[in-house]
Amino acid sequence: MTPRRLPVVAYLQALPLAGVFLVFFVVPIALVVVVSFFGYETYRILIPDLTFENYREVFSESVTYRTYLITLKFCAIVWAITALLGFFIAYFLAFQLPSRTWQMVCLLLCSIPFWTSIVIRMIAWIPLLGRNGLVNRLLLRIGAVDGPQEWLLYSEFAVVLGYVHLYTLTMIVPIFNSMVRIDRSLIEAAGDAGASTWQVLWTVILPLSKPGIAIGSIFVIAMVMGDIVTVDVLGGGQVASVGKQIATQLSYLQFPPAAANAMVLLIAVVAMIALLVRVVDIRKEL
Amino acid sequence: MSGASRPPIFYGLAILFGVFVVFLYGPIATIVLLAFQGPGGGLVFPMNGVSLHWFGELFRPQSIGDIWGSFDRSIGLGAVVMVVTVLFSFLAGLAFRRRFPGATALFYVTVASLVMPSVVVSLGIGAMFEMLGIERTWYSSALGAHLTWTLPFGLLIVFAVFNRFDPAYEEAARDLGARGWQPIRHVVVPIIAPSLVGVALFGFTLSYDEIARTSQSVGALNTLPLELEAMQTNATTPVIYALGAMTTALSLLVIGACLLAVLAVRRHRERFGSDAGRAV
Repeated sequence: MTPRRLPVVAYLQALPLAGVFLVFFVVPIALVVVVSFFGYETYRILIPDLTFENYREVFSESVTYRTYLITLKFCAIVWAITALLGFFIAYFLAFQLPSRTWQMVCLLLCSIPFWTSIVIRMIAWIPLLGRNGLVNRLLLRIGAVDGPQEWLLYSEFAVVLGYVHLYTLTMIVPIFNSMVRIDRSLIEAAGDAGASTWQVLWTVILPLSKPGIAIGSIFVIAMVMGDIVTVDVLGGGQVASVGKQIATQLSYLQFPPAAANAMVLLIAVVAMIALLVRVVDIRKEL
Repeated sequence: MSGASRPPIFYGLAILFGVFVVFLYGPIATIVLLAFQGPGGGLVFPMNGVSLHWFGELFRPQSIGDIWGSFDRSIGLGAVVMVVTVLFSFLAGLAFRRRFPGATALFYVTVASLVMPSVVVSLGIGAMFEMLGIERTWYSSALGAHLTWTLPFGLLIVFAVFNRFDPAYEEAARDLGARGWQPIRHVVVPIIAPSLVGVALFGFTLSYDEIARTSQSVGALNTLPLELEAMQTNATTPVIYALGAMTTALSLLVIGACLLAVLAVRRHRERFGSDAGRAV
């Protein structure tokens, strides 16, 4: 738009952001790669080396496969639930509400909890799901169960519930964003051609919402795969995850094995995202 | 969609939406209620009287850990992150409006920073400070860690804003003699001010709630979310709910303030007849 300006200005403008990412993102990630080949001892945290011992350790321990299996299972379940919920709620917001004001009010209603503390939102499940919690009392009262149910809290169920609670919005917003851009005349045309509401939903809206679903999926997958907090609070030491395993290694100051573990996690996440990015050009969607 | 009779799917989805909202707010409502437990009350229902006892406990240093220290750090860090996020992402957004070599690479780094599992970022920053022999603190390593999380959000919002921004305004300003920073200062910033408030809101609250990227980069003194996480494992009294209710109230206050700021900007424009956005 102003070709007479030199790109020097653009570089100066981008410099602060680029600097932050260089120092606090690119270099640290490169370091994780380097450190994953380091050796370590109990009293020396980092010993420069080029050893594959850390990776050998990661792949030789059965606990690794178990934690990855659990984490991937969480990922699949949470993805399926949030995608389904996100799609239908976004559809409700974008196509079923009578006015823009209603849309904004309902969207705001969904997004306010997003701005509150994640830890608090996790802790908030405890008085509901605990041994003497509200859900157990209710179940006992109506006679659905004989004794308090232990699987409600500090269990895989609780962790999945926590993820769905946290991340459904992350699906709703990008899908909603895709849906409001769908040309309404397409839907009218489908209706005129005799398509039922469900057929319109399935054959017109769903395909056109794919970019939003892909973006939401990327976020959900990245956050579930790297999570420490939810597993810690709602899993209560009973549930393992890759993120938590890395955090545990770090708490013993075992940087190199943690780094090797992190690299494996990173490659897994990148592979999943690479598949999704084939569906969508992120920059076009803003 | 329009018309008097709604398809049956509307009612099904309305119920689904209602249940979802209850699911979203139910847990928080529970702990806010429980925070008002009487002095003899426990961590679960039933309520044992109603009191402000546990909010009072918050101000007695011996009953909880370093809550206020961590609270101060979180607020301070959030404020710094907010200012830096608004400034850096706005500047970078300006840069991205024209093509420059390396723009694509920088964009991909930004997206990578957003989707990178937080534990990996946290570990990397921790390892870097460890190797350099620099002590990790909330105002150095943790600040950097937070920025890797808030700047991508900031930049993506600014992108979205500039995608919808009509460059004619700026050209008009230049034709009228605006030079250097003047078109940005007097034309661009006022027009996109509400969006910048949004970026500020993202910057502050994402930082204030951040925990995964902070965990390995914060050093000896915790931020509030980390302190809370540590606290909940051995919480025996509703004081933790009082704390939860308080931080939730603070979050709501920040959102409310931002919404008011946006509304105030809008009203100001209506009253003083800024033509921004009307000429389209």
